[in-house]
Amino acid sequence: MRIALISDIHGNLEALQAVIAHVARQRVDLVAVLGDIVGYGADPVACTETVMTLAGQGAIVFKGNHDEAVERADPDMNAAALAAIVWTRGVLDGAHRAFLTALPLTARIDELLLVHASARHPGQWPYVMTPRDAELSLGATDARLVACGHTHVPALFSLQPNRTCVAFTPVAGTAVPLAAHRRWQIVVGAVGQPRDGSAAAAYAVLDLGQGALEPHRVPYDHQAAAAKIRAAGLPDRLASRLALGR
Amino acid sequence: MRPPRIDKGLVLDGFTLVVPLKLGGMAQIWEVTHPDHPGPLVMKIPLILDGDDPTMIVGFEMEQMILPRLTGPHVPRFVAAGDFAHQPYIVMERILGRSLFERMGEAPFPPEEVARLGLSIARAIADLHRQNVLHLDVKPANILFHRDGTAVLVDYGLACHRQLPDLLAEEFRLPIGTAPYMAPEQVLRARDDPRSDIFALGCVLYEMTTGRQPFGDPKGARGMRKRLWWDPPPPRALRPGCPPWLQEIILRCLAVEPAERYPTMAQLAYDLAHPEEVRLTPAATRTARDGRLTRLRRWLRAAGAERPAPPPVEVQAAVTPIILVAVDLSADYCTVADAVRVMAGRMLTLLPGARLACVNILKIKRLMIDESHDEEGRALHVARLVQLKAWAEPLGLPAERLTYHVLESTDPAHAIVTHARENHVDQVVMGARGQSSTRRYLGSVSAQVTAEAPCTVTVVRAAA
Repeated sequence: MRIALISDIHGNLEALQAVIAHVARQRVDLVAVLGDIVGYGADPVACTETVMTLAGQGAIVFKGNHDEAVERADPDMNAAALAAIVWTRGVLDGAHRAFLTALPLTARIDELLLVHASARHPGQWPYVMTPRDAELSLGATDARLVACGHTHVPALFSLQPNRTCVAFTPVAGTAVPLAAHRRWQIVVGAVGQPRDGSAAAAYAVLDLGQGALEPHRVPYDHQAAAAKIRAAGLPDRLASRLALGR
Repeated sequence: MRPPRIDKGLVLDGFTLVVPLKLGGMAQIWEVTHPDHPGPLVMKIPLILDGDDPTMIVGFEMEQMILPRLTGPHVPRFVAAGDFAHQPYIVMERILGRSLFERMGEAPFPPEEVARLGLSIARAIADLHRQNVLHLDVKPANILFHRDGTAVLVDYGLACHRQLPDLLAEEFRLPIGTAPYMAPEQVLRARDDPRSDIFALGCVLYEMTTGRQPFGDPKGARGMRKRLWWDPPPPRALRPGCPPWLQEIILRCLAVEPAERYPTMAQLAYDLAHPEEVRLTPAATRTARDGRLTRLRRWLRAAGAERPAPPPVEVQAAVTPIILVAVDLSADYCTVADAVRVMAGRMLTLLPGARLACVNILKIKRLMIDESHDEEGRALHVARLVQLKAWAEPLGLPAERLTYHVLESTDPAHAIVTHARENHVDQVVMGARGQSSTRRYLGSVSAQVTAEAPCTVTVVRAAA
């Protein structure tokens, strides 16, 4: 089975549409949206509706911390994120909010666990940035593979019992074989607000049959997305960071 | 499931074990057959025992990951791999020629033979580097030769792919490699520098030239740390017959600092292919090792040395290119030659580390030159060389980044394309004539080069 792993859309419709068009060419059997559909970006309505349509076509969708913050204020959020969430609340209608609220935190597909952040405490959103974080995440589940987002930085970690966890930054366009006797923590990067120095939207295709991860980068019109953020009166930093990928 | 007992006649996923070729302590190599895969084939089977050396197991994983991605004449063709859950193995093409290890008993080799074999090996490793793979265990036993002389590199157990996870990098606290050939930075656990393979090849060239391994076969961490400051006796101290150009090449490969070696394997191959063009430094004729003070300085620096920072991206990607500049020196095209030099200068600014091969074609009517014309021919050749050097002078390049070649040929375009192909040139820069009756009748040289060259071709025109 080939699964498209899409995460951290953050109300960026230009990026989401570019990624969906790219996914359409990858012969995937399933689309998994790993949360944070809204927040930061200026198109929460269109993005939520697009994801609702994907869900209607069979996609599985998970809840992220920004999706949750629409209903329940998150005390840990920084000022810019909070401003965006307050604004987002005002534009979403009841149906959108009901959809976001009802999203599950995790799901298992055979050996694979899907979740927005670390598998350690789904709902408390710990980041998976370091090999230690990956060990904690994998330590919390018996799933051989865990796929998540949340950090906006693509990464891949490999773990074997009694061995040092190996960290790797995937290279777009180069499939990484995921050896079957190892455990893997996949962090897919962000569609709508990449933070690894590249402006292009990040996602990945996980091929469970072949045991391979195919990382992708998709260029999109980030200037248009930034212009909408400014037009909506959201903090300028949320717009300017899109071009920098930070 | 328990792994099956490895024995003659065993069938693994359709592969039948026929004859054991090597029964090592770490892995077995068997000749195998398969009805669907034409032979000859070998299967490599790791012997995994509980508490065994994990480097071996992880190395086998790396080999399973890297070998299927490699193509070309310098690697054994990958056929199949067996899963770790059942019985891990790799099946690949069997290379029928001898290994350099088997031939090393004949060392010392004549210098020409060292250059010939060294060139084959350097081209093979350069091909790996182009495919984003560092071998990191270059040694005579891992170098095989096809009957036609093409070198093939085997055993990717310590190799590293720039775009795949390096499972070996983080896991082991000790340096990994083969002691006599390991580069100083590998002793410090760096696994990301293509110039480590250049150092190892330098050790191999040294051994072929002198019959001795430059650093012996040190044991233990202290013996290996010596690699950071100790320099071997120059080849000429052991083999006075070693020509200066060969010593220059070998010692440049063996520099402790990677930045003092050749920047790329392709550039080393270029020197091995053109011994007469090797720029000689005082190192070329030295017969004594470095002075005490130099060594003391290196020793002090080595004392606290830790794993070095990753090399610059252009070094990792081995992208310091060889640029062939074809210069037409006939008086009519002076302005074009100037324009070509301007373009070459711009490229060198963009690509510091790039190397320029200045080529001039001495067009001859036919290939056979009889004796009476020989002297005249040689004078013409030398005159062209002088002109070529004068052309390059304004570039102000240090000598080691420049070579000059006057190629005699009846077909200039063919000569340029052949030189580019044989030397793995990355880019050709050449001028195009404007309108001329010659071009109308004979066709344009630059058009033919553009069509046939195996690399990027930049055609330069003089401003009208």
